[in-house]
Amino acid sequence: MPTQAPPKGIGAAARWARRAPLLPALIFTIAVTQLPFVATLIISFLQWNSLAPENRGFAGLDNYIAVITDPNLRSSVLTTVLLTASVVLISLLLGLGIALLLDRKFRGRGLVRTMMIAPFLVVPVAAALLWKHALYNPEYGLFNGVLKWIFGESAAQPDWISTMPLTAVIAALVWQWTPFMMLILLAGLQSRPQDAVEAAFIDGATGFQVFRYLTLPHLRQYLELGGLLGSIYIVQNFDAVFTITSGGLGTANLPYTIYQTFYQAHDYGQASAAGVVVVIGSILIASFALRAVSSLLRDEVK
Amino acid sequence: MTSFTRLSATLAVLLGATACAGAGGIGDPDDPESINVLMVNNPQMLDIQKLTAEHFTRRTGVKVNYTVLPENDVRDKISQDFTSQAGQYDVATLSNYEVPIYAKNGWLEPLDGYLAADPGFDQQDVLEPIWQSLTAADGKVYAQPFYGESSFLMYRKDIFAAKGITLPERPTWRQVAEAAAKVDGAQPGMKGICLRGQPGWGQLMAPLTTVVNTFGGTWFTKDWQAKVDAPEFVEATRFYVDLVREHGEAGAPQAGFSECLNNMTQGKVAMWYDATSAAGLLEAADSPVRGKLGFAQAPVVKTRSSGWLYTWAFAVQKASKKHQAAWKFLSWAAGKDYERVVGEAKGWSSIPDGKRASTYARPEYLKETGSFAEQTRIAISSANPRDPGVQPRPANGIQFVGIPEFTNLGTQVSQEVSAAIAGRGSVEDALRAAQRLADKVAAKYRKG
Amino acid sequence: MRRAWKPWGALAWLSGILFVLPVLWMVLTSFHTESDAATNPPSLFAGLSLQGYEEFFGASTGQSPWPPLINSVSASVGSTVLVLLLAIPAAYALSIRPVKKTSDVLFFFLTTKMLPVVAGLLPIYLIAQYSGLLDNISFLVVLYTSMNLPIAVWLMRSFLAEIPKEMLEAAALDGAGLVTTLRRVVAPVAVPGIAATALICFIFSWNELLFARVLTGVVAGTAPVFLTGFVTSQGLFLAKMCAAATIVSLPVLVAGFAAQDKLVQGLSLGAVK
Repeated sequence: MPTQAPPKGIGAAARWARRAPLLPALIFTIAVTQLPFVATLIISFLQWNSLAPENRGFAGLDNYIAVITDPNLRSSVLTTVLLTASVVLISLLLGLGIALLLDRKFRGRGLVRTMMIAPFLVVPVAAALLWKHALYNPEYGLFNGVLKWIFGESAAQPDWISTMPLTAVIAALVWQWTPFMMLILLAGLQSRPQDAVEAAFIDGATGFQVFRYLTLPHLRQYLELGGLLGSIYIVQNFDAVFTITSGGLGTANLPYTIYQTFYQAHDYGQASAAGVVVVIGSILIASFALRAVSSLLRDEVK
Repeated sequence: MTSFTRLSATLAVLLGATACAGAGGIGDPDDPESINVLMVNNPQMLDIQKLTAEHFTRRTGVKVNYTVLPENDVRDKISQDFTSQAGQYDVATLSNYEVPIYAKNGWLEPLDGYLAADPGFDQQDVLEPIWQSLTAADGKVYAQPFYGESSFLMYRKDIFAAKGITLPERPTWRQVAEAAAKVDGAQPGMKGICLRGQPGWGQLMAPLTTVVNTFGGTWFTKDWQAKVDAPEFVEATRFYVDLVREHGEAGAPQAGFSECLNNMTQGKVAMWYDATSAAGLLEAADSPVRGKLGFAQAPVVKTRSSGWLYTWAFAVQKASKKHQAAWKFLSWAAGKDYERVVGEAKGWSSIPDGKRASTYARPEYLKETGSFAEQTRIAISSANPRDPGVQPRPANGIQFVGIPEFTNLGTQVSQEVSAAIAGRGSVEDALRAAQRLADKVAAKYRKG
Repeated sequence: MRRAWKPWGALAWLSGILFVLPVLWMVLTSFHTESDAATNPPSLFAGLSLQGYEEFFGASTGQSPWPPLINSVSASVGSTVLVLLLAIPAAYALSIRPVKKTSDVLFFFLTTKMLPVVAGLLPIYLIAQYSGLLDNISFLVVLYTSMNLPIAVWLMRSFLAEIPKEMLEAAALDGAGLVTTLRRVVAPVAVPGIAATALICFIFSWNELLFARVLTGVVAGTAPVFLTGFVTSQGLFLAKMCAAATIVSLPVLVAGFAAQDKLVQGLSLGAVK
């Protein structure tokens, strides 16, 4: 019975035979992803600014005190939460709407689906450069160009990135992530049992009722999955913030702020302390999120 | 299942190929005749990239591998490589801000010995403020300038004439502000003046700090008291922010050098206070504003002059194993003959100028650049990084403070000021926050 | 009833066009001259030009884009292969002949994806420097492998879990050995899964910027790093930047369009079939 969990009392040799194929991946992952954090932990207790090499030494908790009292880091936590939550929610909603549209039959459905996916397939840094320079630029960006087309020479020419910096970053990310959400939700819609939907229509249910009582409960898992995976990637976003605003105007998220402490302040000790604090925060949130949200993944694992 | 075995075989081959691709390659660290150069991607650098094979490698046999990156990226990369002395790059473009700091930490190769052995380089020809700014506290020279610049005021002569405005050779900021109000809207879509608003210690903070200097302000006093919320600093910043908000370019909070250059080239602004090196680009053969420009010295209030001093210079990393080949490259790139090579290949207005007295005696160069060459030379020669304001300073630098903490401090403060330019918060609030940051830095120095 | 659906089709088309528009704009701009690319209102019908692409291929700098492109291929393919070599046995040990605490192991893999990469950047840089692996593609291969391994393990496991138990049991009853079972029963299900996993790992490695920026220099720079070099602080650069962005995105666009379903499976860790 090869697919059963190993019975109790199974021999040590057999247990190791089962473990053996897993070990290379496990050891590799621990070595490459966990050991650097041990180093980060050690550096976080050092006074180490690479621009002042003669001042290296043990710092005790100084770096942590500096991190916790640093208003920049606090505001970047807030920015990260705001950025991640808005991108995930907006792209989930847009993705749901478009998935519902694409779930219907119409001429050119395959083509529209292909067009929808395109944004996700543009290399992220290329997408960020594209939005910053070719779309948002107040002088020759496409957005202001379209305004001029529609309203003529006297059209308003807003400076998108300066007047709404965080929104600008969010919009660019929503553009990239909506296709992803749409694809997951579309797969969810297409796995919906068709006979139940048809039966409901025959019983005289309205489209909205079918959506509310049949489709949405069925999609719940898929929405959670999209939300979880989207969050995993967007929390870590560096390319868009770095490229579009260079962390200015209140858009510096955690990855950017830590990066800046490394490369502009050169304060390795403090940057490492910030890293440790963020890792602890991530572990707390991650274990909470995994428990609470990922019913679909849980089902998978059982 | 043969397809399965075939897949594995393919994968194994690919893996092998990858492992090979990792080794060898162009940047072999043990080849003494090949050096790695890291530089910012300004047009002057792109020219040298193109001209190196024919005019340098062919003659000396030294192959040069360039890595060319935008300014922010290149600074990150340089600091990473030089602070850890990783030695990936033998030569990098450093500015007069980094050179003394890096030299003090022992990250750069001193050049005095090479200079003594290479009289043809003619170090005496290099403009004095420039080589002074590349000399460290120990009196040794640690970098050679590729091009140098100060800041001055560029304006549209045609627009000013049409409005009946004249500017003196050395205007005051009040005169400039009045002129900006008058020429604002002189043509459809034309604003009065372009001033940088993009966050960054080397972007917004550079012109703003020169304004602060001439208004009588300073970042720090001689005895390390932060003065960012002092009345002079606030007044200067408010003046700058108000001017750019009222008569400045569209998109000011994101506008840096290149955005302003585009604005000026395309007739979207009538004036621009920025680097003297912009003049050559505005007067380039294909520029629509060529011949329409007037130039004046940096506007002043309380000081005699107010232009900044900046140079992109080549420095040799201490950890490099190829100091000799690196010097050969420096001697060529910063030498007189390279200016001739560019002048003949690309036109005399695009040579890397602003660093040598002999440049301003070349008839071919003066013929092309007559309108701004002399103003540039005056601006650079009158810059004094040791005494740029009305009070003694604790560290050298005009548009920056020559301490390692300034990049971070300047960038953070510039973000606050940029936000004020965007209308998100007041100058007073921005500078109050800035004062706290500056005081933290000053406290470190007061302690010792 | 059918006629009532028509407006939905139009709306779907509209959203599709809105989403693809920036991509089309990028491609169009890449075929304009620099001065046509920077006009307002935009010069939609300006004459086409290959100037941007000529610049990308080093017309004015003499710098060839091929080394970075080849580096990207090496790093992406190399790490994808390594990921598969590690992930397939691991997935086997988590589905077909499962170890104890399977779900704990799986969630351990997933949590490594949640740790902020940037927090490990400094030690990774120092390790690279002291072991002489700075500016070395092999080091990127290792890092990209660790970045993609969790996804690959989840994905491969969810594919292998699809294999009907009865078939494995039947094979065991027939006295089939491990190799026969793998070939006859496991491989037919696993091969499409391997394709989906490979696609996803390839895309994520190809897209990666942060590690590549920090750890590479003269030799090992990847295509995304090369791309950022086209933004100059002086002069116009929109057309050549768009040309570079188009070429650098092309492999991902082609692979992604060709295998849309695999893309969804991969991105959802195999939870969506």
